[in-house]
Amino acid sequence: MTGEETSARPDAPLIFERSRAGRRAGRPPRPDLPVPELPSSLRRTNPPRLPEVSEPELVRHFTTLADRTFGVDTGFYPLGSCTMKHNPRVHERLAGLPGFRDLHPHQEDDGAQGALELMCRLQQMLAEIAGLPAVTLQPAAGSQGELTGLMLMRAYFADRGEERDTIITADTAHGTNPASVTMAGYKLEKVETDARGNLDLADLRGKVNERTAGLMLTNPSTLGLFDEGIEKVAGIFHDAGALLYYDGANLNAVVGISRPGDMGFDIVHYNLHKTFSQPHGGGGPGGGPVAVRERLEPFLPVPRVVQEGDVYRLDSDHPKSIGRVRGFAGPFGVFVRSYAFMRAYGPALKEMSGVAVLNANYLLARLRDAYDLPYDRLCMHEFVLSARTLKREHGITALDVAKRLMDYGIHPPTIYFPLVVPEALMIEPTETEPKERLDDFVDAMRAIAEEAAKSPELLKDAPRSRPVRRLDEVRAAKQPVVRYLFDAHPALVG
Amino acid sequence: MSSGYLSLTDADREEMLAAIGASSVDELFEQVPPGVRLDRELDVPPALGEAELVRHIEELAARNVHIGAELSFLGAGIYDHYVPSVVDVVLSRGEFLTAYTPYQPEMSQGVLQAIFEYQTVICELTGMDVSNASGYDGMTVAADACFVAKHALPDRRKIVLAETLNPQVRQVVKTYAPGFGLEVVEVAHTNGTTDPEHLAAAATDAAAVLFQQPNFLGCLEPAPELAEAANEAGALAIAHVDPMSLGVLEAPGAYGCAMAIGEGQGAGNWPSFGGPHYGFLAARNDFIRRMPGRIVGETVDADGRRAFVLTLQTREQHIRREKATSNITTNQTLLALAGLATLSWLGPQGLREVGETCLALSQYARERIPLEPVFDAPTFKEVAFRTPVPARDVIKQARERGVHPGYALGRDYEGMDDVLLVALTEKRSAEDVDRLAVVLEEVCQ
Repeated sequence: MTGEETSARPDAPLIFERSRAGRRAGRPPRPDLPVPELPSSLRRTNPPRLPEVSEPELVRHFTTLADRTFGVDTGFYPLGSCTMKHNPRVHERLAGLPGFRDLHPHQEDDGAQGALELMCRLQQMLAEIAGLPAVTLQPAAGSQGELTGLMLMRAYFADRGEERDTIITADTAHGTNPASVTMAGYKLEKVETDARGNLDLADLRGKVNERTAGLMLTNPSTLGLFDEGIEKVAGIFHDAGALLYYDGANLNAVVGISRPGDMGFDIVHYNLHKTFSQPHGGGGPGGGPVAVRERLEPFLPVPRVVQEGDVYRLDSDHPKSIGRVRGFAGPFGVFVRSYAFMRAYGPALKEMSGVAVLNANYLLARLRDAYDLPYDRLCMHEFVLSARTLKREHGITALDVAKRLMDYGIHPPTIYFPLVVPEALMIEPTETEPKERLDDFVDAMRAIAEEAAKSPELLKDAPRSRPVRRLDEVRAAKQPVVRYLFDAHPALVG
Repeated sequence: MSSGYLSLTDADREEMLAAIGASSVDELFEQVPPGVRLDRELDVPPALGEAELVRHIEELAARNVHIGAELSFLGAGIYDHYVPSVVDVVLSRGEFLTAYTPYQPEMSQGVLQAIFEYQTVICELTGMDVSNASGYDGMTVAADACFVAKHALPDRRKIVLAETLNPQVRQVVKTYAPGFGLEVVEVAHTNGTTDPEHLAAAATDAAAVLFQQPNFLGCLEPAPELAEAANEAGALAIAHVDPMSLGVLEAPGAYGCAMAIGEGQGAGNWPSFGGPHYGFLAARNDFIRRMPGRIVGETVDADGRRAFVLTLQTREQHIRREKATSNITTNQTLLALAGLATLSWLGPQGLREVGETCLALSQYARERIPLEPVFDAPTFKEVAFRTPVPARDVIKQARERGVHPGYALGRDYEGMDDVLLVALTEKRSAEDVDRLAVVLEEVCQ
């Protein structure tokens, strides 16, 4: 066990509780000019109750909050499907270069040649990795990439005069897939996974028809398994005139090994914050570029970055484009980091994926006898265990295992996902972990399995070493308190 | 050559392969059918060591003309407000930088509490009851707000946009609207602002009306009257607001808006060629269970200690799947925390002073610059001036003199090829405006 007991830790005050009337940190410039009077109907009546703090307290506040947060920099973070790899620090230095950080997005193209060239080069590398020719960098995250991909399908079929209204997803899909399907105005149909963890081809054949616009699939799947029938799956959709969309959430398994375009996918999104090491930032920012086959290229979002000789420019003259999906040409700071990451590896990106798969299979080999293994195959970059035997025999759930891992100084894996596995623990070590950290995790997981039998209260009571113990999450949802209410703030504590 | 980002020794690899019972890493990929394997090396440029990498990327950065290299008056949605050094504290802490979405609250109390504080600050600025944990940017939050309106008023199939709303915001709404089953209608401006009567006429049967304050042309809209027109038509009034204006301009919650949205960049994020930034989306309590994205709530732990957690998750895609209120998972937490740090650094007094400086400089620019302001309406920090030659030519010639004078509104608005939009933040001084005036005098002769 690591860390001091929860009861020994002080509480962290809210920034509003550090506030004192009249105190301040920032003093903006005040030129010696008259301030014009605003019309009274537009003038602020009650000032916003922003914190009133000095800089020393402000710095302490954020330091305290950082101390109460666990990142990849703190320790092992095997959160399945999130690819919590090390984020090289040189990226922060590069994204902070004044030529990038202080570059206005409305700057004329001739004043942004370096930025546009970087984006163009990034597009070329992404196209090579996907095995598809045309790339847009615009989408802000994987889920927006999904939505963009579905809009591309809609525009493509509308252009061909075809009416197709259904998208098929796997029962192992991330929740973003069905949510994106709804936002794009499509109907959803689900296809089952067979006993080996591949798409059930018989189920699929019965569901694909002339109303099917396409498939959305993660490959390897959220079970960490490569679909062994992917060529047949692609054939079924293409024979029906439908398209295949590749959810790049798990691309970290196959870079330089297998390309989605070669698997038969027509549209691919990448998660730059997973595979290409944009830091996750406590939940963002991300980047979700999309690559497509030639026939979908006319529909890509605008603006696009194009190269003409030695000159780069933004181009919006594409009449069939679906339009704009976010501001400007995309999250540029993310592009700097991902470009740097890819240039640091070069063709050895293949080794990145190889080691990610090696690390995952090593953990699987060493944990397979301590937990249930629902799909007994070699895995790719992640794998799914189940705590169902612990639950049946000792009343210990995946949640209890996750909470107990915290006391060992390890961030829990993804739990209760994918939905097809009961008491699921989805584990993704990534390529950047040394063997010692993998062994620490194995030791912790095996110790926890033994604790489950011998002293289950240790698990039920966990965590004991974090700033707080388990939370009353039902209360949070039933009586939502989603902002500080100053004098009217309810006294929940006690 | 093995990357320095990888951690296994050759001995580790051998030991691990032995534990797996495989002879090579290639063997682990046997499940990938031969027909879909790449049988050659990736065709990407060769690997660079860190020093070479820095040199290469510094060379690219040096080919850009950034704000510090010109005296820049560019705005039009992205603004050069001062980013205080406390932001570096937030961005440089690896715990914030390298954590994921706080699904496990015991591991993430710090970032959860910071998001709760961010939500409070956004509610205070906008006069709303609830804010989400951030959206992608000021454009996509507008589409999110339309999705909320569609579900709040399912019988209404129309969204009304003021033409003075940021063109990129309107473009994003139009991209999303067909999937939502919504039709988009635009209301033209009258001498730089939106006529409440025109808006009222368009708002009949609309689910939502979106307008911007201050608007894209730099003018202050009669925002309370626009909100009233929307409300009388039974549509949701949604104001797109500039956070840095809300120390001096009225909060949308005070004039009857259902939701307030906006681009957060000016509060704590660098321009960064368009991102990443954060968008904010706040609403009245009526919409709390229809909100898109993450929301952090307060609760207690097993000992009764105050604690924070992602809440109302039954709205979200990982629980609700195809019935979710949006598909958002990744949002913009780190950028939103930079916003929290900036707004805390300013405090209410500092934010008001920033607003007053913007007002004073824009008034000074109206008087000092030898061009006619195009519109009569009051302004906040941007002023549209009529140029005697196309604004694009003015920009080109002024840049040759080291000054970027602003944004050519003809990029977006027909008939405005001779309109230059000049932005004035608190980082510009009266002397900067004097220099702009001299350069415009020279190039507009």
